[in-house]
Amino acid sequence: MKVHLPNSAYLGNLDPFLQGFDPSNRDSLEITANEKWISVHPVVLSMITSLGLNLSPDQIHCQKLEAGSKHYLVRMGLFKLLNIPSNIEIVEHESAGRFIPLTQIQTSDELTRFITEMIPLLHLQAEQAKTIGYIVSELVRNVLEHALAKNGAVLCAQYYKKSNSIRIGIADTGVGIKSTISQSHPVETDLEAIHLALWPGITGTTRREGGTAQNAGAGLFFIKSIASVNRDFFVLYSGNGFYKLLKKTQTQRMRLHADPFKDRHTALEHLPYWQGTIVGVDITLDQTKEFSLLLEAIRKTYGTAVRERRKARYKKPKFI
Amino acid sequence: MTQIQIFEKAGAFAENKDIAKDLRVREIIPELERSEEVILDFDRVDTVTQSFIHALISDVLRKFGSDALDRIAFKSCNDNIRTIIRIVTDYMQDGE
Repeated sequence: MKVHLPNSAYLGNLDPFLQGFDPSNRDSLEITANEKWISVHPVVLSMITSLGLNLSPDQIHCQKLEAGSKHYLVRMGLFKLLNIPSNIEIVEHESAGRFIPLTQIQTSDELTRFITEMIPLLHLQAEQAKTIGYIVSELVRNVLEHALAKNGAVLCAQYYKKSNSIRIGIADTGVGIKSTISQSHPVETDLEAIHLALWPGITGTTRREGGTAQNAGAGLFFIKSIASVNRDFFVLYSGNGFYKLLKKTQTQRMRLHADPFKDRHTALEHLPYWQGTIVGVDITLDQTKEFSLLLEAIRKTYGTAVRERRKARYKKPKFI
Repeated sequence: MTQIQIFEKAGAFAENKDIAKDLRVREIIPELERSEEVILDFDRVDTVTQSFIHALISDVLRKFGSDALDRIAFKSCNDNIRTIIRIVTDYMQDGE
């Protein structure tokens, strides 16, 4: 496998980075990078770490990094988690208020502990902390429950002062969304599976409305809705399929859609194959809507979607 | 009547579905089966996830039907918790 860390790869311009990912030869990972500057979204680091965790350190080859920003990769814990040498000297800064380094989560209890420790670390206002904690909890639990990933979930996050935003990336190398969704819904492509997974109330665990005792099929819809209401990016990539919720301008009318393809988005279905799932979310803090307003909007959309689906299943009277 | 303190089991950010399942299976369902009433007390709980509430009550609504809501009371819920509980109870009843 080959990954090239470019000069810039954020959710807005993530597609070219993903196009350049080479998933062939799963027995080795070659990491190369832009020689001048590397500036990447946390999701990129989570992806690389997820790939590397499936290999032993001697199967990972990282080019000697020359970029001025190479220290960032060390601070985020990339080399530490992959257990490979970086040959980069850094002065450790306290991470509080700036970033959450790359973290591997494999159990439910680890997640609960992580969330408890993460919220004070980010030094956020209470409302913002709720939103971020909510996103991390739901996304990581999705991995733990559905991905069957040997190494669990890998995540990291970064606060960006200039845009006053938090960017979060979560990756796994599990079975992928298509495998999970197709347990209960016929799907032919990864993009079709992603489309269904983002609908409220659709889960791979059952076809039954309301889900199972443990799963409702609401988590990804909630996260996409949080990004949508806050006019931020949201990316979901699994197999060859890719969905990106695009940013909305302040003048665009705010409306939540049950169908993710009715939102302003980019959908691609022939990207290099990612065995597993990745999710990237940006949350701009100064436009973070009050959590209660957000939930109320979700409630209305969710209810309408369930009722419409129910109505679609009504048997029609036969008039002869 | 049984009163269950959610904070004591799941903390201020109630998101651990395993804990929710445990409460549902060991405490809520047995009480309802004995025709008792249950109070779910969210005092000191600041945030819940939809997944937590789903794991806590969806199967209860499925087993006992909407009438379960006559015998379960949700106490000391802030606005966010109320909305999430409403989302779950709505879709469980809409989907019936």
